[in-house]
Amino acid sequence: MSTVKLTVNGKAVAVDVEDRTLLVQLLRDHLNLTGTHVGCDTSQCGACVVHMDGKAVKSCTMLAGQADGANVTTIEGIARGDELHPMQAAFRDNHGLQCGYCTPGMIMSAIDIVHRHGGELDEATVRHELEGNICRCTGYHNIVKAVLDAAGRMKVSQAAE
Amino acid sequence: MYQTTYHRASSVDEAAALFAKGSEAKFLAGGQTLLPVMKQRLASPSDVIDLGKIKELIGIEVSGDTLTVKAATPHYDVATSDAVKKAIPALAYLASLIGDPAVRYRGTIGGSIANNDPAADYPAALLALGATVKTNKRSIAAEDFFKGLFTTALEDGEIITSVSFPVPQKAGYAKMPHPASRFALTAVFVAQTKTGEIRVAATGASQSGVMRVSAIEAALKANWSPSAIDGVSISASNLLSDIHGTAEYRANLIKVMAQRAVAAAS
Repeated sequence: MSTVKLTVNGKAVAVDVEDRTLLVQLLRDHLNLTGTHVGCDTSQCGACVVHMDGKAVKSCTMLAGQADGANVTTIEGIARGDELHPMQAAFRDNHGLQCGYCTPGMIMSAIDIVHRHGGELDEATVRHELEGNICRCTGYHNIVKAVLDAAGRMKVSQAAE
Repeated sequence: MYQTTYHRASSVDEAAALFAKGSEAKFLAGGQTLLPVMKQRLASPSDVIDLGKIKELIGIEVSGDTLTVKAATPHYDVATSDAVKKAIPALAYLASLIGDPAVRYRGTIGGSIANNDPAADYPAALLALGATVKTNKRSIAAEDFFKGLFTTALEDGEIITSVSFPVPQKAGYAKMPHPASRFALTAVFVAQTKTGEIRVAATGASQSGVMRVSAIEAALKANWSPSAIDGVSISASNLLSDIHGTAEYRANLIKVMAQRAVAAAS
């Protein structure tokens, strides 16, 4: 057992876990943050993507101990109160989800893509960059539309700040 | 995953000491291979020693005609580094094709070559560019480092600290990725060194892991152009054959990828 100390969605937490605990297990089983999903559990589907120190990582492929001292943001931590994050709003407006299972990971990866590419996003880039996130319902079309829509909204909201 | 004990090392010396204390310890860099293997219970190290936060193992340096990538540098950093893009653009391109964005943030060059997956990308670059692997004990030429499937010259407890690449005249990389895993079904790295040597390495193709392709090297030495490879014949014996592609298919892919790599070389 070890005590892992990290910041999750802005809140400092200390959790006693077995050393073999994965970051996703710490989030879901110990902190009850079940918005982060486990899909394939083999680093391929991206349902478990969270941000660690601002980068989108697969939380099923990290030990909780590796996140000691890190700043982690999950899907629960991106809205401002009742106001959805622009990426969440764009997924809703563009019907970018059906069953919703992959959506938290899609949104966390998509925010990272927009941060990295800013205003230079085009459809081909979004499709290529989403290769680590698998959706079995939508055919990706509306997901890509949502990411492009959100990229515009995020640019506007950044400019306003 | 079986029980294990996690340690975070803050220096290479501390990591080596922790390894020596464990009964069956393993080093963990980005964990993008080791952790999935542990989750499948195909590996059960008593101790996992995390090298990922050791400052002396992270960074990229160019000095004269040598590009050095420290061992725990993630693929994302190599893919986006201006220094790498300027010195060896084919290497930055190669790093941009590994896995997916989330994997590239975590996976490292040291972890990739220590694992020596027969379909990994980096081994092809090391072999074609004539790189040198530096460890906490010695320097190993790429030719001597890769010893076959998942096997390297590393001794028990030896830690890769960096990889040094001689900056080539020209180099190119082309990959046919497996559509799901993004590993190379076959990929080829071609390089023309500053001394005029032509070196070609293929990954994903051979049953013994990364390999030089001497027939293509000879053809390119006579004429550095994609069409020079048209008449080369690659034997399918000793090539991998599985549900994703037969040995004959991979033999053809070696030619096609080499042609694309030469066309892209800069």
